[in-house]
Amino acid sequence: MKNLKNILWVALLAIALGADAQNNAGLKLPEGFKATLFADTIGSARHIAITSNGVLFAKLMYPNKAGKSIIRLEDVNKDGVADKITGWANYGGTGIYVKGKDLYTSSDNDVYLYQLNDKDEVVNPLSPKTIVKGLIAKNQHASKSITLDGQNNIYVNIGAYSNACQEKDRIKGSKGMMPCPILDSAGGIWKFDGTKENQVYGDGKRYATGLRNVVGLDWNKETNSLFVMQHGRDQLNSFYPEFYSDAQSAELPAETMYELHEGDNAGWPYIYFDPYQKKKIVSPEYGGDGKIEGGEKAINPTVFFPAHMAPNALLFYTGNQFPEKYKNGAFIAFHGSWNRAPLPQEGYFVAFVPFKNGKPSGEWEIFANGFSGLSGSEKVMNPRKAKSRPCGLAQGPDGSLYVSDDSRGSIFKITYAK
Amino acid sequence: MKLKQSILLLVFVLAFSFATHAQNLVHGKKLFETRCLVCHQADGGGVPNMNAPLDGSTNVVGNDIARLVRIVKGGYSEKVPLDGYYYNNVMTPNPDFKDQDIADVLSYIRTSWSNKASKITVAQVQAAKRKK
Repeated sequence: MKNLKNILWVALLAIALGADAQNNAGLKLPEGFKATLFADTIGSARHIAITSNGVLFAKLMYPNKAGKSIIRLEDVNKDGVADKITGWANYGGTGIYVKGKDLYTSSDNDVYLYQLNDKDEVVNPLSPKTIVKGLIAKNQHASKSITLDGQNNIYVNIGAYSNACQEKDRIKGSKGMMPCPILDSAGGIWKFDGTKENQVYGDGKRYATGLRNVVGLDWNKETNSLFVMQHGRDQLNSFYPEFYSDAQSAELPAETMYELHEGDNAGWPYIYFDPYQKKKIVSPEYGGDGKIEGGEKAINPTVFFPAHMAPNALLFYTGNQFPEKYKNGAFIAFHGSWNRAPLPQEGYFVAFVPFKNGKPSGEWEIFANGFSGLSGSEKVMNPRKAKSRPCGLAQGPDGSLYVSDDSRGSIFKITYAK
Repeated sequence: MKLKQSILLLVFVLAFSFATHAQNLVHGKKLFETRCLVCHQADGGGVPNMNAPLDGSTNVVGNDIARLVRIVKGGYSEKVPLDGYYYNNVMTPNPDFKDQDIADVLSYIRTSWSNKASKITVAQVQAAKRKK
């Protein structure tokens, strides 16, 4: 009897798993694309990176139940599901990047470098090299995202520990500081030497400034330049109800993609980008009223998206598996909003922007949706109701796209077959 | 006759006290919606890693009323774990809240969603303030 019960359970589980494979792990994808659940409940998976052998590494925000915060996932039998999962380290963080056999990771303060062997196993789990140390992490926007260019330079986001650089952060009526002192050590992208140990602020260079907080960033090999996704400011309606209604605040400001060159300034905290007026507007903390234009010297966004969707990863697709349309285009993982409340939340999907010759060549579109696990037209009203929240992106050696989720701890693998 | 009057008075007092209680919760809900909801969300669930949950939070339903009063009034920016998690966002203070406002909003929060803690009185808020 007990046996029969067990068999029934196994059969049910098999059916459930089969159904999951058929329904693309719950994701809605364009025609011809398929998704599998590459891994599940591995922990709060932030950014991910894949080696040329297809071994995936995930950086966790918190150590998982096993006490590990860097997870190595390998699909030995090549069925689209990781079957060999191990891990090491015990510090939280977001950034991870692999270049050959060099595996870079970040905590909220430091950047580390681990060595991989020819099987892509970590050689020095307990003794990484410290590449950068002592970066500012004051709780707010503390995560450090990292990427490398083709010349061993590492680019590190140092988020502003503030919403709009007010004298008193997030306090109604408090004015913006002029000039904003935060920009000396945060609110931008810093460039360091990816091969040198123990670097501090003085060894690096402020590559670009005026960026409130960047989580998603990628080096575009076609343009040979850095692209970043900024998280726009919050709470226009809470602090300036005379200028912004709930509905306007829910849609302002745009989430923005910038192409950065050395010395660029994206304008935070003095301005924000309004997606309706398509203009740089002076922040109310600096005398703006929702209409006054500013930021003459600030760069314009390459692409802009609806407000508050929290772009947490950016990846330029260089693979050959997906149709031609996707080549060199940008995938963006939107973690999903929270500060559109009381209106329904948005995001919780992976978007795509086609690029041609290094410039956007069409409108952005939703590529993969359904991460929230809600059915049909049901909207996410509260972030904790979303089953999964897209946070990291990586491209496999065969051109498959992987998406990590820091809520449930899933890794989705998206493939294309004609 | 006297008895009748007494009963009437009792009914009146009870009704009044229920009405005030209900009114306090209505006022607390209104304050929650205008000041707290954007970050803590309509279901009090907060935002993972960003804004602390109020629903089910051990601090919110706990007995350290002084701490709750201090946070509502003065905001919060310390990096300390709550039920095993860290929350990164800075909480906006509410310096304009009167003792009654603090009592009402805390009463609403402590009795909403899955929370079944005691309501907070103005006297408790005042006592909590004296503590620091």
